[in-house]
Amino acid sequence: MTTTPSTTVKATGSSPGTPSGTEIRLDRVTKDFGLAAPAVDDISLTIRPGEFMTFLGPSGSGKTTTLNLIAGFETLTAGTIALNGTDVSDVPPHRRNLGMLFQNYALFPHLTVAQNVAYPLRERKVPKREIARKVAEVLELVQLTGRDDNHPSQLSGGQQQRVALARAIVFEPRALLLDEPLGALDRNLRSALQAEIRRIHREVGSTFVFVTHDQEEAMNLSDRIALFNNGRIEQIGTPQQLYAEPETLFTARFLGDSNVFELGQAALDRSIVWDGESWGVDPATVAAHPGVRAGSAIVVRPEDVEVAARRDEVPPGANAVRAVVRDVEYMGSYRTLLLAMGGRGLPGRTRVSPLRGDYAIGDEIVAWWRPGAQRIVAA
Amino acid sequence: MTSSPATASGPAIGRRRYTKVDPIPWWLKAFGGVVVIFFILPTLFVIPMSFSDAATFEFPPRGFTWRLYENFFTNPIWLDSLSNSFLVATLTAVLATTVGTAAAVALSRMQGRVARFVRTLLMVPIVAPAIVVAVAVYIAFLGWQLTGTVLGYVLAHTAIAVPYVVVSVTGALGGFDPQLLRAASSLGSSPSRAFVRVTMPLISRGILTGAIFAFIVSFDEVVLALFLRSPVFQTMPVQMYNSVTVEIDPTISAASSLMVVAVTIIFLLPQLLRGRARRR
Repeated sequence: MTTTPSTTVKATGSSPGTPSGTEIRLDRVTKDFGLAAPAVDDISLTIRPGEFMTFLGPSGSGKTTTLNLIAGFETLTAGTIALNGTDVSDVPPHRRNLGMLFQNYALFPHLTVAQNVAYPLRERKVPKREIARKVAEVLELVQLTGRDDNHPSQLSGGQQQRVALARAIVFEPRALLLDEPLGALDRNLRSALQAEIRRIHREVGSTFVFVTHDQEEAMNLSDRIALFNNGRIEQIGTPQQLYAEPETLFTARFLGDSNVFELGQAALDRSIVWDGESWGVDPATVAAHPGVRAGSAIVVRPEDVEVAARRDEVPPGANAVRAVVRDVEYMGSYRTLLLAMGGRGLPGRTRVSPLRGDYAIGDEIVAWWRPGAQRIVAA
Repeated sequence: MTSSPATASGPAIGRRRYTKVDPIPWWLKAFGGVVVIFFILPTLFVIPMSFSDAATFEFPPRGFTWRLYENFFTNPIWLDSLSNSFLVATLTAVLATTVGTAAAVALSRMQGRVARFVRTLLMVPIVAPAIVVAVAVYIAFLGWQLTGTVLGYVLAHTAIAVPYVVVSVTGALGGFDPQLLRAASSLGSSPSRAFVRVTMPLISRGILTGAIFAFIVSFDEVVLALFLRSPVFQTMPVQMYNSVTVEIDPTISAASSLMVVAVTIIFLLPQLLRGRARRR
């Protein structure tokens, strides 16, 4: 690669100043396709400049529609979308200057790798020599030097997505939108490309909006996650916040495993009774969500649940429930006990170290955890 | 047709002999041969006859001469009708390809009853009896004073050529991923730019095929042309018709041979172009 002395990257797009910082603000955004319920239902959200934001959620939750609204592929039913304070609600996609990565790569099959990457630069009438330099630069960034003259069909899936990534960032868009870009790749390639995307986000420093239904991928990559459910944002926060401090049962269940004790309408003051067991409540662990009053559930992560042989081994102040071991899963560094808890035999799980004795199917034990480790969420 | 040696060397199943996978029976081959001869035979008669020295139609041809070709290329009536046909067919190809491609692209984005109805409507000129179309066109064009004009020929021929373009472009669009248009727009292409830079190159084979069909449909067309002709403007097929019915002129064999050669070359054009592209 020939690096000319003046490699300072100039913003080719319409955004002057720092190319890295684009704020995306959604204000009361609604998209109604005329079906039973709106696909996106009154969403307000601000994505900070340079942030890696992930839209996570099950299929049909509205995450992809929201991304398409930001990209301009769909028109708004109501609300506004602003980039750095400028309302772009009525701007067509080709003038929004946003890069986009698709699940099926969407490379132009009639163009070579270099021509694909040069495409957005040619649309912007960048001089030929400048194009050659930028294409070489960005192909090095995605580690695909030397494949310039290949056609997309000659590349593997992972390589194709690298070309698509290069093409989507070469024109220094105001933000990069990624629509399940790793969904079509196998597991190993996926984690390799995840690392790649993280690195490129660090190096380019622009705003990334990433859509996925894979919670691990979301936790791995994101600064913040917006969890979608039925066209609304269920909860938004850092991966740690969503995992450790879920507000609703949906969030708790979507991110990681959890033991769930449904309470119905209960007083959450000092103690709670579940299936005859009386448990202590730490007020700090009660979700601020207004729905908590109407119906709530206790959520305990498997790694926070300890196992005792008899009730008198449980430390004072801990919440305990009797349980029967239903199955033991050997996971290498730890084992997972599948439990039937309480008189109702509620399914639950806990992680135990292999050092802590052996458990057999049918063993009667006592599962316990500190009140501070549980979380009381809206059901 | 491929019988892999691996299966052939496998354990023998009884005394049965291995035959090739999917063999074509001899009678089907023979039938295919008959069909091919049936289609090609008239052509094989016409070309030798065009070099015949006889004064009337005779087969087998007598002697060898270029006289009929000389007649053809020195007679302004033949030459004019040939150039008229080329002019009308070329303009028809351009117009029908433009309209047909636009229609196919639009229809590919539409779904449901309206799209199906429009699609059927576009096929009417093919399925309607040519004579009915011709009479209707003739009556309408008389009023508009379009009979005997290049424009009249082009419009009438375009109507019957468009369905062929729609069919071939629709076929090409079947393999086109609409996601590419989103990609193009995210990269800065307006819809029309995306059509030129992405859609067109990817469906070019279908467009070219459609254009060739349109050209040949017009070049061959005789029923509409008979109605629309005027003393000063007529196309090649009409002149050929005249030459047999009115004057019994053996020059027709030269004209027919030229038509056959021209149409064959035009039909083979995409294959020739493709061969060259592959060598590149």
